[in-house]
Amino acid sequence: MNWKTFGAMLARDAHVARRNAIQLFLQTFLQPLLFVFIFGRVMVGSGYLPVAYKSLLLPGIIAISMVFTGIWAVCMPLIAEFQWTREIEDRLLAPIAVPWIAIEKVFAGMLQALVAGLIVIPLAWLVLRPGVEISIGAPLTFAVIIVLIAFFSACGGLALGCSIDQQHIGLMFGMVITPMIFFGCTYYPWSALKTFPILQKLVLLNPLVYASEGMRATLAPQFPHLSITVVLLALVFFDILLLIVGLRQFEKKAVS
Amino acid sequence: MAVGVRTQDLRKVYSSSPPLGATGGMLARADAKGGKPPKSQIPALDGLTLEVLPGEIFGLLGPNGAGKSTTVGVLTTRVRPTSGRAWIGDHDVWMDQARVKHLIGVVPQRPNLDFSLTAREILTFHAAYFGIGSKLRNERADALLDKFKLTERAHQMVRGFSGGMMQRLSIARAMMHDPQVLFLDEPSAGLDPQTRILLWEIIREYHLAGKTVLLTTHNMEEADALCERLAIIDHGHVIAAGTPVELKASIPGGFLLRLRFGNQTSDLLQRLQSLAGVREVRATDTTGFDVYADRGGSLISEIANLAANARAELSDVHISEPSLENLFLHHTGRSLRD
Repeated sequence: MNWKTFGAMLARDAHVARRNAIQLFLQTFLQPLLFVFIFGRVMVGSGYLPVAYKSLLLPGIIAISMVFTGIWAVCMPLIAEFQWTREIEDRLLAPIAVPWIAIEKVFAGMLQALVAGLIVIPLAWLVLRPGVEISIGAPLTFAVIIVLIAFFSACGGLALGCSIDQQHIGLMFGMVITPMIFFGCTYYPWSALKTFPILQKLVLLNPLVYASEGMRATLAPQFPHLSITVVLLALVFFDILLLIVGLRQFEKKAVS
Repeated sequence: MAVGVRTQDLRKVYSSSPPLGATGGMLARADAKGGKPPKSQIPALDGLTLEVLPGEIFGLLGPNGAGKSTTVGVLTTRVRPTSGRAWIGDHDVWMDQARVKHLIGVVPQRPNLDFSLTAREILTFHAAYFGIGSKLRNERADALLDKFKLTERAHQMVRGFSGGMMQRLSIARAMMHDPQVLFLDEPSAGLDPQTRILLWEIIREYHLAGKTVLLTTHNMEEADALCERLAIIDHGHVIAAGTPVELKASIPGGFLLRLRFGNQTSDLLQRLQSLAGVREVRATDTTGFDVYADRGGSLISEIANLAANARAELSDVHISEPSLENLFLHHTGRSLRD
């Protein structure tokens, strides 16, 4: 393992992220903040939703922001770099084993997801208050869960970015991203699906469910949520699965 | 110490799936009978063996689709061969990749510059990937930007660069870590004559520093002017190898006369073969002949007489002097430009 090369590639990604900071900021936070404003302020303020909904919504918003930042940070550059600009070839020729190039991408995506999570908490809180009742009761569990969420998001971005053709990006939105968002238990707890028993089982295939429920379990445990053990086990499972799939797809793309 | 390049019996077959829509795609998989659609097999290399000596400029000459870029791909860790082996110096390309990547610099056929960085950053980050310290990489980047006449654009994003500027920057990038072997895939394709001459000068200069250069081209002029030795490849294997002089001398006679007649008579081929100085005659179609001969223009009057006697009207004549183009034509029956 060549740490100098790994560090230089990470420095390159950090440099590019700094250069595109405003664009990244808008891309990451605009949608969740608008959502928080409409549902947390407008709908609650006008009495269509109860005040408690604010506290239910916030953990879901953190989860969705982290997950899509992680996916986006790895997936979109990879689609462009492999197919359009081919600029990844420069790094594929760097003196390091090919899987480490993918791991660097995952690590960079993970950092971005964590930063997104840590920024969206105060931002969303500012938009939502007053009446938000969240607290970090178990900081260590919270830390482990957000790291696991960031990791599966970045690995998911790797797997998607190396599997989707440029011309199928629209299809990816329609068939992967949209169902993932709506069946991700971000805007409602998993238990709310009990009147749709088959759907309730099916959504367990969606890793975003465990991210949302994990955030709810650690930040707003007053609402019904999946147990922390189930959340941790599921997140570890998706971390490993998506890492394996992502690395395999990356190698397929990197070497013809 | 200079480093050589070898390949032994390289084969590469690409498997290509039909387009998603061709069989109904993933949305209509239920309609597709018998599971996955068959993949088409495209052979790119067919037992390619070659040796590039340490410190020489070696050219791979061949038409589009001959297997030149695939050969470069295998030697630069980007294309995994179906079978066969490849070495850079003593290092097996597929066993010792990280070491091999240190030794090689690659200029691809299509620019693959990092669009998120400026020209200078492209060079400095490239050097950083190779573990080169900050002082040295800044010095080298400035020197190369100057050499390739890019200093004025050093701090601009490369998105707006012209094709020639991108090509120059690609070469500068490949030289940043001072590789022992430089691969250039069609380096002068799309360059204006002035930039091409600058490129040739730079390649020669790099070679004088004791480095090995392997370039691919379908431009015979470039191969002739630049390469110390050449391999002519077609359909994924080497059909001839040697110095440009040796290769040209291997064409029977050296001169090629491409003849076309208005009509054909049965003994025309034999009559042409009987002319003094004619080494070989090949029929290209029903009314065309390729005549390989020791002389060129002086044969024309004899051919015209011969045609008149045979009542075959001579309608077109093209004479070419000894060239790599003729050599390729002699071996394959096709022009390099086909």
